[in-house]
Amino acid sequence: MVTSRDFEGRTPAWCPGCGNFPILKTLKEALAELDIEPHGITVVSGIGQAAKLPHYMRCHTFNGLHGRTLPVATGIRLANHAMPVIAVAGDGDCYGEGGNHLIHAARRNVNVKLFVHDNQVYGLTKGQASPTTMEGVVTKTQPFGSLSEALNPLALAVALDCSFAARGYAGDTEQLRHLMKEALLHKGFALLDILQPCVTFNRVNTYQWYGERVYRVSGGHDPTDRIEAFRKALEWGDRIPTGIIYRNVRPTLEERIPVIRDVPLVAMPQAQVDPDRLMQGFY
Amino acid sequence: MGKKLAITGNQAVAEAMKQINPDVCAAYPITPSTEIMQRFASFVSDGVVDTELVTVESEHSAMSACIGASAAGGRVMTATSSQGLALMWEMLHIAAGMRLPIAMALVNRALSAPINIHGDHSDGMGSRDCSWIQIYSENAQEAYDNIFQAVRIAEHEEIRLPAMVCMDGFIISHSIESMEFLPDEVVRDFIGEFKPTNPLLDVDKPVTYGPLVLPDYYIEFKKAQHEAIKRAKKVTLDVAKEFEKVSGRSYGLFESYRLDDAEIAIVVLNSAAGTAKDVVDAFRDKGIKVGLLKPRLFRPFPYEEVADALGSARVIGVFDRADSFGGFGPMYMEIASAMIASGSSPVMINRIYGLGGRDFMPEDAEAVIKELVEIADTGKATTLKEYIGVRE
Ligand SMILES: Cc1ncc(C[n+]2csc(CCOP(=O)(O)OP(=O)(O)O)c2C)c(N)n1
Ligand SMILES: [Mg+2]
Repeated sequence: MVTSRDFEGRTPAWCPGCGNFPILKTLKEALAELDIEPHGITVVSGIGQAAKLPHYMRCHTFNGLHGRTLPVATGIRLANHAMPVIAVAGDGDCYGEGGNHLIHAARRNVNVKLFVHDNQVYGLTKGQASPTTMEGVVTKTQPFGSLSEALNPLALAVALDCSFAARGYAGDTEQLRHLMKEALLHKGFALLDILQPCVTFNRVNTYQWYGERVYRVSGGHDPTDRIEAFRKALEWGDRIPTGIIYRNVRPTLEERIPVIRDVPLVAMPQAQVDPDRLMQGFY
Repeated sequence: MGKKLAITGNQAVAEAMKQINPDVCAAYPITPSTEIMQRFASFVSDGVVDTELVTVESEHSAMSACIGASAAGGRVMTATSSQGLALMWEMLHIAAGMRLPIAMALVNRALSAPINIHGDHSDGMGSRDCSWIQIYSENAQEAYDNIFQAVRIAEHEEIRLPAMVCMDGFIISHSIESMEFLPDEVVRDFIGEFKPTNPLLDVDKPVTYGPLVLPDYYIEFKKAQHEAIKRAKKVTLDVAKEFEKVSGRSYGLFESYRLDDAEIAIVVLNSAAGTAKDVVDAFRDKGIKVGLLKPRLFRPFPYEEVADALGSARVIGVFDRADSFGGFGPMYMEIASAMIASGSSPVMINRIYGLGGRDFMPEDAEAVIKELVEIADTGKATTLKEYIGVRE
């Protein structure tokens, strides 16, 4: 039986109290509960504090460039869609530098699970505004406050018809574990935005700030109702909903590519590929 | 005389930017250059500069915003490092091709993969062919001084090309050294008022930036670009002369250190040159005729002048803190070109050092000079390109 200890990696170099600790711990637990073995999963990341997560796990990992998590994860998934692929990113990484990739990953419905550690700040580079920094929040490089409206990743996801869109909170690991498992079991691209206090560089969105606002969406919320989901996704402020906001069922990218639909690319013995049959697959 | 302060390389550059007071700065944070824009943001916050600070979502956007602002008619500056410069790469060509005199501080850092945040010259050398003027700096003082000169060279009416000033990540950007500042009014007079050429904001004189140029004219544009950047050699010297008048510090196309009668020469860029000069002294004390050339203006490269300065050397060791995998290091290629073009044929070896911020110690310089002495004796080099200090 797999236990979360099987995923034990190096000791994290995050600040004491960082919201990344409960996220890492919960991810290991979720994987163990799904009986996924360390050699049975790939975790992909870019650059940032969140993106250090793969260093602290024992499994297949790929650490690439800031912002470029999803294109790499897409390639890995298409090479072997028998293996679950998790992409880990920061809000800056995934909504800013690599924001365009998010749009296309959701649109293609590549079967990758994207876990965004959303601390509403650039943590690694020491506290500049990220796309989810709230308007008006003062940082060292935004001395007059962030001039732009914060990006709402869940509203964006619903607008893109993203096949799974959820919000978790690092301070509610019970729900977070459930959401991670749901995302992993879901067929299609999943965005899980995880509110994560940055105890060093975000003095606005603290554990207390989130604690006073987050609430679990009730059983009454129907995540398959897109308009209702959009309404839920727009909630931000005094009350912030967590849970599965939106989900749908639509074909994944790997299902839409005839040559790999039935057999993952890595499992395809090259010699057995009959070019004529292969070509027929396209028509 | 200006005031003297102990300060980091990044702070020195931020201070220079404050004194220049550019119209627009667009930037995205990246180690080890982050501090430059962060400090600059506090100058914006304190109202001591009038700059429009644009914080964007990537370096590609940062350089794009700089290009827009420069084409509109502003004096524009930015700073970056490593992957940031790499991500700017396609826009670097746009800035140069459109002849926009943007000035940038490049805090040299290694490129991924594997990820490494420390200093080497891979980023700068990787943008060698982007038609940016490149000036390298040994220490914080030079970085500070070079920024003003870069602005002048870039904006010179016969040049109008972007320029980057490079200094070593962490080794210079984050270490504190004592340096001298220029008074604000001296800087103001030295850089002068910015006069835009063909600004988009001149609504009475509409202009187009970036039209399609097909085979009928493209090569003419590119030759014009080459001619323009070549002129930067003379302008660099003119500007340096003027700078010496106001600062008392003299600069050239490169620094020659005990080269005049040198039979053995080493070529070392940036901070490592400081270390190597001490070692040169030690060999000189032993009566061995060694000298050092520290390039400053890397683009355009002053081939004739470099060849002239290295003229007496029978053996040359070129140090590269960047690599061209499968080829010689980028500095070696330039020095070799210079020597061949001048008709001389010294024995030349290439030593790659300090990649990813590996320390360059006096012993490293010493070992290479010893090797050069041996080569001078035998007239033969065993390996032309080698990596020093590598654990096997
Ligand atoms: C091309 C490029 N630009 C900039 C950086 C510097 N950088 C590294 S992480 C980061 C932002 C980190 O913020 P986020 O993605 O939210 O992650 P966090 O550290 O907050 O977890 C930046 C700007 C980089 N590594 N590469
Ligand atoms: Mg972040």
